[in-house]
Amino acid sequence: MPLDGGVSCLRRSEMIGIGIGELESPPLDSDQVHVLAVDDSLVDRIVIERLLRITSCKVTAVDSGWRALEFLGLDDDKSSVEFDRLKVDLIITDYCMPGMTGYELLKKIKESTSFREVPVVIMSSENVLTRIDRCLEEGAEDFLLKPVKLADVKRLRTYLTRDVKVSDRNKPKVPEDLSRFSSLAMVTPPPPPPPSITSVKSSSLEEIVSSSPPPSESSISPVDSPIRRMEMRSPGLD
Amino acid sequence: MNTVVAQLQRQFQDYLVSLYQQGFLDNQFTELRKLQDEGTPDFVAEVVSLFFDDCSKLINSMSRSLERPENVDFKQVDSGVHQLKGSSSSVGARRVKNVCISFKECCDVQNREGCLRCLQQVDYEYKMLKTKLQDLFNLEQQIVQAGGAIPQVNIN
Repeated sequence: MPLDGGVSCLRRSEMIGIGIGELESPPLDSDQVHVLAVDDSLVDRIVIERLLRITSCKVTAVDSGWRALEFLGLDDDKSSVEFDRLKVDLIITDYCMPGMTGYELLKKIKESTSFREVPVVIMSSENVLTRIDRCLEEGAEDFLLKPVKLADVKRLRTYLTRDVKVSDRNKPKVPEDLSRFSSLAMVTPPPPPPPSITSVKSSSLEEIVSSSPPPSESSISPVDSPIRRMEMRSPGLD
Repeated sequence: MNTVVAQLQRQFQDYLVSLYQQGFLDNQFTELRKLQDEGTPDFVAEVVSLFFDDCSKLINSMSRSLERPENVDFKQVDSGVHQLKGSSSSVGARRVKNVCISFKECCDVQNREGCLRCLQQVDYEYKMLKTKLQDLFNLEQQIVQAGGAIPQVNIN
C-alpha cells in the first residue's frame, strides 16, 4: 500500500540522524493517545513530535495535508475497512502549508464520517484573529501560536486524557462547555490496528523522562475552554 | 576530577548565558533544552543541525531567485523567508529570525537590493550561530566525558 511507504519511508529518512527512528516501537497500547502531526517544516515536525512524545503520546508525523488524508484513509471516496480501525485521538496541523493548508485539511476531516469527532488543533506562526476565528468556526479544538512550547502541548494532553480513557465515563465530571467531548468517551476503543500502523515509529513511555500529568491533575474548569484560552494568549512574535 | 568538571560546567553556563545576552538565542532555545534528557542527549544538537541545513538550502535557492535583476521571483523568495523565519523561531535562533522580519519587508515591496542585503545578513547570522553553538556543544561533550552532568541554566 502506498500509504505505508509514504509515511514510514518519509519518517525513516528524517529520523535516522536523530536516532528516534532506531527505537523499536512497542506493542500499541489502545489506552495511549495517538496523535497525527502535520507540518511541512522538518524542523517543526521533529520538535512537535518530541513535544508530544515527552507528554506520553504516540506520534505519527507527516509532511502535508495530502499525506495526512492518505494516512487517515480519506484520500479517496471509497471507505476502506482497515481504516475503520485506525485510532487517532488528536490531529495537530500547521496552518500555512503548500498545497493544502491546515484549514483545508481541517474541513476535510470535519466532513468525514470516520474522523469528524477527532479534535483538530491548528498551529500557526501568525496571530491573525480572522484566521483563528475561521478555524474555530470550522470546528478546530484549539489554536496554538508557534513556536510551540511544552506547556502548550501539556495543556492539549490534559483535555485529551479525559476523553480517551474507557474507565473515565463519569459524565458529571465533564464540565458543560466540554460536554461535546463526552461523545468521544462513548466511542469503544477499537481493536489493535493492523501491523502497518505499529510499524510507524513511536517510542515507549519508558525511555522518556516523562512529565505526563496524572489524570487527577487535569481539572478543566470552564475558564479553560478553547476560546478563552486563545484569548488569554499573548500575541505571538511576528 | 571534581574541579575540572566544575570548571567546565561553569564555562558552559557562562557561555550559554552570554549567547542569550548577546541576542543569539531566545526563550525557544530554552524550551528545546527542556526536551533533551539522558535518553536523548543529542536532541538539541541534531535539531539545530537540521535547522542549519535548512538555512543553507533556503539561502541558496533564494540567492538564485534574486540573481537576475530583471527576473526576480519574489514569490519564491517570500516563501523561503517564511520557511526560514518559521524554523529559526522554532529553534530559538533570535538574530536569524529578526533578519527574516526585515527580509520579508523587503520582499513585500519587491526591493531587490534590500533583499540581497538581508540575504547576506541571514547567511552571516546563521553561520555565526552555528559556530557559537558548536562551541557550546563541545563544552557539553567535555563535561559528559569528564563524568559531569550538563547544568540546568536559568535564563531570567
